Amino acid sequence: MKRLLFIALLLPVAAYAADTGNQPVEYKLVISGHRFQPAEITIPSGKKVKLAVENQDATPEEFESHALNREKVIGGRSSATIFIGPLKPGRYPFFGEFNEATAQGVIIAQ
Amino acid sequence: MFGTAVIVFREVLEAALIIGILAAATRGVPNSKRWLAAGLLAGLVGSGLVAAFTDVIGSLADGIGQEIFNAIVLGIAVLMLAWHNIWMSSHGTALAANAKSVGRNITDGTSECSILLVIVGLAVLREGSETVLFLYGIAASNEGSQSSMLLGGLIGTLSGIAVGWLLYAGLLRVPMRWFFTATGILVLLLAAGMASQAAHFLIQADLLPSLASPLWDTSAVLPESGLPGMLLHSLIGYDSRPAGMQIIFYLVALVAIFIGMKWVARPRKPIRSISGTIK
Repeated sequence: MKRLLFIALLLPVAAYAADTGNQPVEYKLVISGHRFQPAEITIPSGKKVKLAVENQDATPEEFESHALNREKVIGGRSSATIFIGPLKPGRYPFFGEFNEATAQGVIIAQ
Repeated sequence: MFGTAVIVFREVLEAALIIGILAAATRGVPNSKRWLAAGLLAGLVGSGLVAAFTDVIGSLADGIGQEIFNAIVLGIAVLMLAWHNIWMSSHGTALAANAKSVGRNITDGTSECSILLVIVGLAVLREGSETVLFLYGIAASNEGSQSSMLLGGLIGTLSGIAVGWLLYAGLLRVPMRWFFTATGILVLLLAAGMASQAAHFLIQADLLPSLASPLWDTSAVLPESGLPGMLLHSLIGYDSRPAGMQIIFYLVALVAIFIGMKWVARPRKPIRSISGTIK
């Protein structure tokens, strides 16, 4: 039992060592007037990607995506980094939870 | 208004369920309610502070400060819940026997209660700060719909508290024979779910690899946006699209705490004879 636990604890370390080395490509996303710009981002599938989100509004927004399994609060007039992927090809909608009526977007992995 | 109520409900629900479980689990521990209330108050103050410093926290560590902050808060909560559960499994029998006669001295009661304060404080802090930010955004915008949205916030808060209270009241109806086993299992799953969430934030920050993401996708059957999924997410850490790493964290926390509980609840006789020979 203890040995099994030990192996389970080591797994992340081994995986991390195998995972480093490829720097993710950066994509810019701007929140302005409670909308995402661009509202559609095409990224390569199977690769980790870095989203640099800049909130130009005065109020905070929460970037949320059930499909991407991501959620992050971005303060008013500030920037944040969100890592996504590697993704299978497909459409991954995201939205701003605090202004869901207007803040809608989609990541397309090809 | 409805949208606001749902968002606030989701945030309040998570903290309310944690408080509901802990309030029930510490039944019979002297002054536990007072410590829970103190934790709630500390958490509310803390969530205001966290909300005010969101920009500062967020910009730390190249824009992943928020994830690190959340992961640390969750990590501390997991450790505290683990400690609580292990403590309860060694005192549960005594508590069950004395449940009616509150005020009987239970050793280490104070340290257990200060742990309650920390757990509740952290739970409220994390969920509360997002609610504060959200409501601040509404209050700061001038679209003329503030009052109806703030009403939505109030409805969401009250509904969340109501569900937490229902869980608490329901747990108190569990017969004494199974009571501490039931709350022990709930706390165990709560802690494992938080460990998985901590992993989720570290993956989002790219500090941990996801290891197969998602491992499965049950969002079509049981989405987290629906009430059942929401409840399961808060209670047992359900995730409709979990990464492999989250499952590892979940299982490691589950097994480690379980072993701890079994270990302290084991028969004490051998230890007494050993300490006897040393003296």
